[in-house]
Amino acid sequence: MSAGAPTRATAFVASRAPSRDESRRFSADDAFALALRIASLAVLAAVLLLVWQTLRGAAPALHAYGPAFLTGTAWDPVAERFGALPYVVGTLVTSAIALLLAVPFGIGAAVFLSEIAPPRTGAVISFMIELLASIPSIVYGLWGVFVLAPFLRTLVEPWLIKHLGFLPLFQGFPFGLGILPAGLVLAIMVVPTVTSVSREILRALPDSLRGAALALGATRAEAIGVTLDAARPGILGAVILALGRALGETMAVTMLIGNTNHMSWSLLAPGATMASVIANEFTEAVGKLHLAALFEVALVLFVVTLIVNAVARLIVMTATGGRRDVAGAA
Amino acid sequence: MNSRIRPALAAIALVAAAGAVLCTGAPPAHAQQLTGAGATFPYPIYSKWFDVYHEKTSVAINYQSIGSGAGIQQVKSGTVDFGASDAAISDAALKDMPRRVVHIPTVGGAVVLAYNLPGFDGRIQLTPELVAGIYLGDITTWNDKRIVAANPGVTMPAAPILAVHRSDGSGTTNIFTLYLSSVSSRWKDVAGAATSVSWPSGVGGKGNDGVAGVVKQTPGAIGYVELAYAKQNQLPMAFVRNKAGKYVEPSAASVTAAMTGVAAQLAKDVRTPIVNSPAADAWPISGLTFLIVYQDAKDAARGLALARFLDWAIHDGQQYASALEYAQLPEAIVKVNEGTLKLLTAGGKKLMATANP
Repeated sequence: MSAGAPTRATAFVASRAPSRDESRRFSADDAFALALRIASLAVLAAVLLLVWQTLRGAAPALHAYGPAFLTGTAWDPVAERFGALPYVVGTLVTSAIALLLAVPFGIGAAVFLSEIAPPRTGAVISFMIELLASIPSIVYGLWGVFVLAPFLRTLVEPWLIKHLGFLPLFQGFPFGLGILPAGLVLAIMVVPTVTSVSREILRALPDSLRGAALALGATRAEAIGVTLDAARPGILGAVILALGRALGETMAVTMLIGNTNHMSWSLLAPGATMASVIANEFTEAVGKLHLAALFEVALVLFVVTLIVNAVARLIVMTATGGRRDVAGAA
Repeated sequence: MNSRIRPALAAIALVAAAGAVLCTGAPPAHAQQLTGAGATFPYPIYSKWFDVYHEKTSVAINYQSIGSGAGIQQVKSGTVDFGASDAAISDAALKDMPRRVVHIPTVGGAVVLAYNLPGFDGRIQLTPELVAGIYLGDITTWNDKRIVAANPGVTMPAAPILAVHRSDGSGTTNIFTLYLSSVSSRWKDVAGAATSVSWPSGVGGKGNDGVAGVVKQTPGAIGYVELAYAKQNQLPMAFVRNKAGKYVEPSAASVTAAMTGVAAQLAKDVRTPIVNSPAADAWPISGLTFLIVYQDAKDAARGLALARFLDWAIHDGQQYASALEYAQLPEAIVKVNEGTLKLLTAGGKKLMATANP
């Protein structure tokens, strides 16, 4: 990079004032490199523009509420008092439930598909799992409202209240809408991400690894343990991708979470996420501060996503001890 | 220029001018296309009107139902000829407008309380205090003695109440919370009235369909939706006691009655809420929906076309309302609108004086 840059820079300057001799030095390769650079800068520009616009929209709320916006629990468009804490908590809790459920299932399925299943069965199952990823989120939402919610209301939630009701997490009334149903649908939505990425990573590992483990007398389970260990950073990468989707998912969550800014310890109680409050209120936000507060929620969502990603990357780096040679290291 | 192709070019230029205001020569005498944006609640009746009006006059009206708030924003930035809003613009927001705007109420609508009580096929009567109590979270079961007292001779089920509200900002919520604020001072203190408020209890569903979905799926749920929506989906609706003390069934006619009951106040300020109207047959949770127009049009041709359409909508257009479950304007409100239309100008020149429909 450092060696190539000056030549390309001169070539770029030359292309603007071409003399007969120098113009020949602007080769097809240089044009290609320039095109790639423009492409990557365009993506960067889009991100910066996004941040700038969001900041500009949020400015009145940033001025009016300052850091108290993050700890405030009121969301009152009439009195123009806004605090984002219930939404931040709602986003993190639903995403945590989703990962808690999706990661064991997703990795389990990936191991089965790459290590155990006969190739033809594996192909069919992985096709089905990837099909899950292409279902629009509004369809998940509708399925959640008309199938999952009644099921939870009549069977699961009464059971939870009866047997685990001593925990504050499972107190309340079984309405079928709330944090838990939203987290469950999110889990189903992110399973394909975990499974397909993990499966690709496991498949990329050399067969010699499995062979060596088995040759040393490892059982099949132990051999799978060895491959999982080798694939760990890549699998963590898959989890991060899944988390990214869970944090930002809007439609299905909005339909299932019950949409209230009251915080509760109970997973059966309704809640709201940052994405859901924006989806709900943006079109009809008439007040200047109301609109700005919604922009600020978007900004917070942006920052939370950034922090979560950074932390996850840090985990990956510690997990691999800085190794970069392993398949799928993020 | 070849004289034979000139008429064709002129025709193309005329279409382009009407479509994109790219006109450079003399303006066309009649604008053939108008644009509007705003409320979703009146969209069914508006699209009916635009269809009929287009057939009648060949004036095409392009309307985007993007929500009242966004519609007002578009009026403010001047990207549309008219806006549509279910909530009247507040005095403070009116001052923010670049020029003076007027409100034209077009039709009325009812917000009804739909409920889900399996195995119950009686009629449910609610007093204003009960409606407020349910949404405040004070009344939590259907056999609460206050509900039983309002429904003599009916055995109320022992189901818990789930109060369902709109989670998205909406004109429906505005009408409903205006009503709650007018009948309950506690509600006024706790939540107030707006297109979205801080709900003391219950769960939120997105859109009429979201609320109706939760109500249908949850035994014991009660939620507020638009009359047309509840009718189309055959949801049972509660009777509510109005200011005159009568339990009223929600209908388009009872909304028209509500408008008549506050006609005098509407004549002074057309933005006056029509909730809790004193008329004997009034449905108390009623609202008007408005078209928002600049009093002085920038473009005379477009201003004239718009004024003529408004004049048609408040007269001939009214006949299409009841089939779509909207409430017709009573004669008194039509008169108020006629007065408003007379104020419309373009470049300071009266529009309706030159209008000759």
